[in-house]
Amino acid sequence: MNTQLLLIQVFNGLVNGAFYALLSLGLAVIFGMLRIVNFMHGALYMLGAFTAFALGQAFGLGFWPALILAPLIVGALGMVLERTLLSRLYGLEPSYNLLLTFGLTLLTQDLVKQVMLSQFAVSSAPYTTPDILTGVVNLGFVVFPKYRLFVIALTLVICAVVWFVIEKTRVGAIIRASTENPGVTRAFGIDVSKWVTGVFGVGVGLAGLAGVLAAPIYSVEPYMGAELIITTFAVVVIGGLGSILGSVVTGFAVGVLAAVGAAVYPPIANTLVFILMAFVLLVRPSGLFGLPEGAR
Amino acid sequence: MTALPHTAARTDRERTIRAAWMIGLGLLLLILPRLIYPVLALDILAWGLFAVAFDLLFGFSGLLSFGHAAFWGGSAYVTAYLLSNGQSVPVAMLGGTLSALALAVPIAYLSVRSAGIYFSMITLAFAQMVYFVALQWTDVTGGENGLQGFERPSLFGLDFSDSVTRYYFCLAVFGLGFYIAYRTVRSPFGQAQQAVRDNEQRAQSIGYNPVRFKFTAFLISAGLAGLAGSMYTFGHGVVSLDVTKWTTSGEVVMMTLLGGTTTLFGPAVGAGLVLLLRDRLTTSDLPVGIVTGIVFVAVVLFFRAGVVGTVQGWLRRR
Repeated sequence: MNTQLLLIQVFNGLVNGAFYALLSLGLAVIFGMLRIVNFMHGALYMLGAFTAFALGQAFGLGFWPALILAPLIVGALGMVLERTLLSRLYGLEPSYNLLLTFGLTLLTQDLVKQVMLSQFAVSSAPYTTPDILTGVVNLGFVVFPKYRLFVIALTLVICAVVWFVIEKTRVGAIIRASTENPGVTRAFGIDVSKWVTGVFGVGVGLAGLAGVLAAPIYSVEPYMGAELIITTFAVVVIGGLGSILGSVVTGFAVGVLAAVGAAVYPPIANTLVFILMAFVLLVRPSGLFGLPEGAR
Repeated sequence: MTALPHTAARTDRERTIRAAWMIGLGLLLLILPRLIYPVLALDILAWGLFAVAFDLLFGFSGLLSFGHAAFWGGSAYVTAYLLSNGQSVPVAMLGGTLSALALAVPIAYLSVRSAGIYFSMITLAFAQMVYFVALQWTDVTGGENGLQGFERPSLFGLDFSDSVTRYYFCLAVFGLGFYIAYRTVRSPFGQAQQAVRDNEQRAQSIGYNPVRFKFTAFLISAGLAGLAGSMYTFGHGVVSLDVTKWTTSGEVVMMTLLGGTTTLFGPAVGAGLVLLLRDRLTTSDLPVGIVTGIVFVAVVLFFRAGVVGTVQGWLRRR
């Protein structure tokens, strides 16, 4: 295989990896802080894309306003769900969170399908790339679409910001305290449940943002998150559940590995991540960046 | 896992209630193909056994597998493959079941060391591997098209082209599978399994090896899920890619919860209810996913004991 083709595959892999990273980052924030396994993350990603599409159809809003608005809308919806439904399950096994969000996934997918069919008369729709990001960039060694480079760059920035806020700032300290020891944190006069809702909203908003970013690359359809979320779960297991750094690094790595694998032997592309996961589990059961289970 | 109270010592009254349940459900299963069309009745048997098998692991070991479609689907494909290569029905079903068992050995080995949500995610990811194999290995699985039009040769004068005959054959297989599940739960092994579920450290300190119990429970569960999957293929005469999809793994969880975990036959009742509901919905204007989604959410939030669990609790309190 020639180098040119390999480089293109690496870049394509980075684009897919950006989506894995953004989604598993959201999952890591939500699980790391709240011990919620949000199976609905894929459906919320789809809702981000769908909201961008619906804003465009109904109000003529373009990509840039949607890039801001859709994550906010999805994040707000997430906070409502956390307050009204998920909060009822705190104190039970995390499995129940998984089950509840699985049910919500079925519900959301079919609801969006109904709305798309009845309101917009489509079951799947393309979303146009903003003018400023159409075309390609010549990087010297490879020619690559501008929009895809933008996705990679923006994802890196967002991952860095989230990592910085949680690990290095006062806000991050409050969040970590609220989740590690709610009782003591409350005694310091901090409203823990508000922080919990907020964190959930941010995690879910990240999924919504990934959805908007995905809309111009993949088309908008109700089940676009369904397969993606399974791969993302594998990424999360490989990286170490709840590890922010692990989810970002593994996300990009898995994207590149799958793309290169696909160039070498196409049928393996989709399975490679699961083979990798089995291998990692044999060597390190808590994932590459995860703490051993006893240490949590 | 939040488990329902389960005591080894049973009062006579409870034993009577249990016998009444068994006889009632047994009679219902005997006349089922007269009440609803036989293929749907057969589906209820297959999914019912699948749910019982799943609950052996979820309810009695506290392990939420989100990848049981691997065993159900793997067995379904092997059964179809054997039937289309001229094997007899018992050989095909046995082959399917054994292949599910064989598949379960490495998956169980890698997953039972993890607990809680890790276990769920790992089983889910392994099931995805099976799904992709089913998708890619088109020579054997038919890929997107699945397999259909395979033979179901007659056996001991039983004509399997008749769906009622198929139903009663499967009822016998269901009875066998259910008996294995019953014996497992009531055996010393089953008691120890629940001890491990309720307090792993304590079980370990009195000399049980938790990992070994979980591993064995996983294998029994996967084998029975395989038996159910082969029954499903035999009943339908087609296999589609859906049998290995993650939504199938989710559906069996839903059936089990709706019926009631750790009630043994609750999952089978749940399977029946879900299938009947879906059958009604397909002929109505209501979208299936929205209604099943709402039922699922409602069960998880307000109704965790399930139908049979709720009724049992109600009878016990009187």
